[in-house]
This record gives sequence, C-alpha cells and structure tokens, in this order.
Amino acid sequence: MLKDITLGQYFPGDTPIHRLDPRTKILLVVFYIVALFNASGFLTYGIMAAALITAQALARIRPSALLKGMKPVIMIIVLTAVLNLFYTPGEVIFQFWILKITREGVKTAFFMVLRIMMLISCTFMLTYTTSPISLTDGLETLLSPLKRIGLPVHELAMMMSIALRFIPTLIEETEKIMSAQKARGAQFDTGGIIDKAKAMLPILVPLFISSFRRADELAVAMEARCYHGGQGRTRLRELRYAPGDFAAIGLGVGLVVLVIILSRMGL
Amino acid sequence: MSELCVKTEKLTFHYPPGEGESPRDVLREVDIEIAPGTFTVILGHNGSGKSTLARQLNALLLPSGGSVTVFGMDTADEKLLLDIRRRVGMVFQNPDNQIVSNVVEEDVAFAPENLGCPTAEIRRRVDEALKTVGMYDYREHAPHLLSGGQKQRVAIAGVLAMEPQCVVFDEATAMLDPGGRRDVIGIINTLRQKGVTVILITHHMDEAVGADKVIVMNDGRVALEGTPREVFRQVENLKGMGLTVPDTAELIWRLRQKGLELDPEALTVDECAAEIAEALR
Repeated sequence: MLKDITLGQYFPGDTPIHRLDPRTKILLVVFYIVALFNASGFLTYGIMAAALITAQALARIRPSALLKGMKPVIMIIVLTAVLNLFYTPGEVIFQFWILKITREGVKTAFFMVLRIMMLISCTFMLTYTTSPISLTDGLETLLSPLKRIGLPVHELAMMMSIALRFIPTLIEETEKIMSAQKARGAQFDTGGIIDKAKAMLPILVPLFISSFRRADELAVAMEARCYHGGQGRTRLRELRYAPGDFAAIGLGVGLVVLVIILSRMGL
Repeated sequence: MSELCVKTEKLTFHYPPGEGESPRDVLREVDIEIAPGTFTVILGHNGSGKSTLARQLNALLLPSGGSVTVFGMDTADEKLLLDIRRRVGMVFQNPDNQIVSNVVEEDVAFAPENLGCPTAEIRRRVDEALKTVGMYDYREHAPHLLSGGQKQRVAIAGVLAMEPQCVVFDEATAMLDPGGRRDVIGIINTLRQKGVTVILITHHMDEAVGADKVIVMNDGRVALEGTPREVFRQVENLKGMGLTVPDTAELIWRLRQKGLELDPEALTVDECAAEIAEALR
C-alpha cells in the first residue's frame, strides 16, 4: 500500500525531456503554472492540456503514472469541485432542496478540477523526468543569487536531496515495522479514526528512533567522504544550457504570452 | 617504504562523560603500526573498542591522549583533515546509511565532488570505481532497488572514488548475506593487488585467515597482535576474550586436546587436511 506513493519519484530515461537542463525544466514548470492561472476558456485550457500531453508523450511517461499521482489529492479535487458546483452564483439549471447548480458553477468546477490536475501533473512531470540530485542542483544554481542575502541555499538543497533519497528507505522500514507489529497482534485497519490513530503510535515511535540513528550514521559517512559544506564543491554533471534548452524556454515564454493574450480576448 | 600507513602512540580515548560521571576509557594506550600495502584485520567482541579505534584512523574521532599519525600526518591537526580523510577511506556497516544519492553514479561522485575535482576527473574516477566493484552496469540505477550486497559495493565504490591509499572496512560485512560477504572479500583482494592498504574490522574469524597481520582488541587494549598463525594458535586465550577461532584452528585445537600430534599453526583448509592426513597415516 505504501509502495504506491509516487511523490518525488524519478523514472530514469533518455528522452528530449530527460535531457533538458534541470533549470530549464524548473523554469518551464513556473511558466506553465503562470500560464495555467491565466487560462480562462476552452481554447486556452485546450492549449495548456495539449502542451502537457505533448511533454508527457515526449518524456514517455505513462498517463497512468500521472493519474496515480492524483491519488493523495483526490479529496481536495472533489471538495473543490463540489464547492464550486454549488456556490457559484448565476443561471440555475438544477435545483434540489437548498442546493442549486448553476451553469457558471458547472463551468468553474470543471475548469478548477482541470487546473488542479494539470498543476499536479506538470510538477510530477518535473520530478518524474529529473533525478533528485539534478533537481536540487538546478534549484541550488537558480537560487544561488539568494546566498547573498544569507539564505543557506546549499544546505537546503542538500537537505532536500537527502530527504528524497530516504523516502523509499523509510517506506520500506515502515512496512517492516507494521509487519512486526501485526505479528504481535496489532490491528491497523479496524476500529474508528481514533483507534486507527492510536494504532499508528507503535509504528511512529520506532520509525522516529531509527531515523535519528540513520541520520547520525549518514552524517558520519558523509564526513568520512570529505563532505565539508558547499564550499569548493564541483559536480559530476556540470549544468550547461544546450540549444534545446533555449528552444524549450522560448516555447515556454511563447506559451505564457499566447495564453495571456487569448484569455484577454475572452477565449 | 619508510612512511607507515598508520601509527598510534599511547592512543587513549574516552567519549565526553555525562553529568556526574567519570570518563570511561574506550581505548587505553593503544600502540599499533600498520605498514603500507598490507592487509590488517582487527578483531574483538562488541564493546572491545575496535570500531572506536577505526574512527580514530581518519579523524572522525580525535585522541583524548596520545597520538595517531596517518601517512605522516597527525590527525589532531585540523588543517590536514581533508587530506587525511581523502587518503584513508572508510566503509561502514549499514550500506543504506552511507548512500546519499538516488542514482548510483551520483552517489559514487559525492566524494570527488566534495574534493572539488574537475568534471572530467570525477567521471573518470566514478567509472573506474564502479568497474572495480563490478557495479558499472548499474550506474544509473536507484540504490534502493539493489540488494544489500550490491548497495555495499556501491558504498565501497563511493570510497574508492577518493582514490584512497588505505581503506578501513568497519564491520562492512556484518549485515550482508554470504554472497554479499564473498563479493566484499573479493573487492578487498582486488584492492590488495593494487597496493591499497586494507584494514578490516570484523567478527567473522574466517575473514582474518588471509591477513598479513591480526590485531585482537579486548577492553580497549591490544590483547594480541601478530600473523594469523601466531594469533589463532592461542585458542584458549581467544576463547577467554569471548571470541571464536576459524573452524580449521578450532578442529586442530580439539584434536590436539585429544592427544593428536598436529601443527597448531595449520590454518588454511588444505594445510589442516594435510596435517590430519599426516597424523592418521
């Protein structure tokens, strides 16, 4: 069950999308989100969806992998849909007791759901096609100007990449602990919410303790491998913009401009 | 070879004591010398100070008294810290807790990146290290999908990428299955052929048979020191320290107890077999 979590998972591959510089991909995601929040009609949403599908096809990511990523946020999507459906004022097309569904409500709900799903998909496209290390490298270089105002950019990037690295390890460990507790008669899937929450405690305590032990050992191992902060570090993969990156950034800017113009025209 | 790989003089160490406690020495006046290019095994039961001793060798811990000199460098000198750690690599017990990256080759590149090597040099070192441990084909894999033995080989590659002159294996085989252990021992043999000094800390006695030198730690002191033959013939002594001996030494010892005339220094399986065949003739 825990293995289904795809958050922050990377699918190695060698496609034009995989080969893009991580900075380019981060910028593209930012552009995409800006464009997405400017989209307002069928045409603009259509363009946004087309862009996403093209990227997904180019990266050879299965659509099912993207849909799986929606699982954890399905409640948010449903809630957004319901709220927009019933609370948007306008021309009533269906009425039941105090619930009113308006034409505008249907439209807003549809677009809101689409917007959330595309928002999540585009960030997943980033993590699916970019190895966590190059992702953090990208972030580190993009944010490095902020070092001057005292932001510990390297430390944050390192923390992020280690967190990502340990997600599968900790999931595995959680499953082991759960099996061990089940073998001693613990029940995780019966009872009410409070019972279930209580049942989590014997899992979380050992998990926390072992995480601290792991952190300690990892810190020693990193020191033994000459880690001494971000100063003077070099990279296995130097980040370098290729012609493809400029083209991709051009396309991204073009997308933002196109969507803003079209939505101003009310499409 | 004038310069010793490792030399400790009256090395004493205690962890900072808790409030109201008096410090307890984990290492007491340890004097060891390890020559470059040799294979040394450090044995001892849990709490004998063997892992603490290992951590002194690359300045992860600093002496409370006495000194540790590595390739002529005093570990207490902070300016030499990176130089010492680059020359003395260390592999730990749990492979999971040594791997920092989500991709094998990027993990192996971690140390040379820290050392500020140019990109082309990092690439060369990573490829070479991965080939040495036989994990080159897995360079783009995610470490969490590998077996324990494979992960440990990646961790070793991560250390070899520093191109160390000495590698310390701190119970690096303890968590592995027999196959994984065999792989690690195979890598140790490759390193020896390349002239790298290897220090193996273990409680698997059979791993000590092929060593140039065996050091037995007990209660923070060097209890025994010598070639495997010299050390493993002292069966009663070792058993008194809560240690076992290799199966061959154990067999010879028992047969000698029964009055058979056997050479107590026969240690390999072949020697042991020949010795028993001789006695039975």
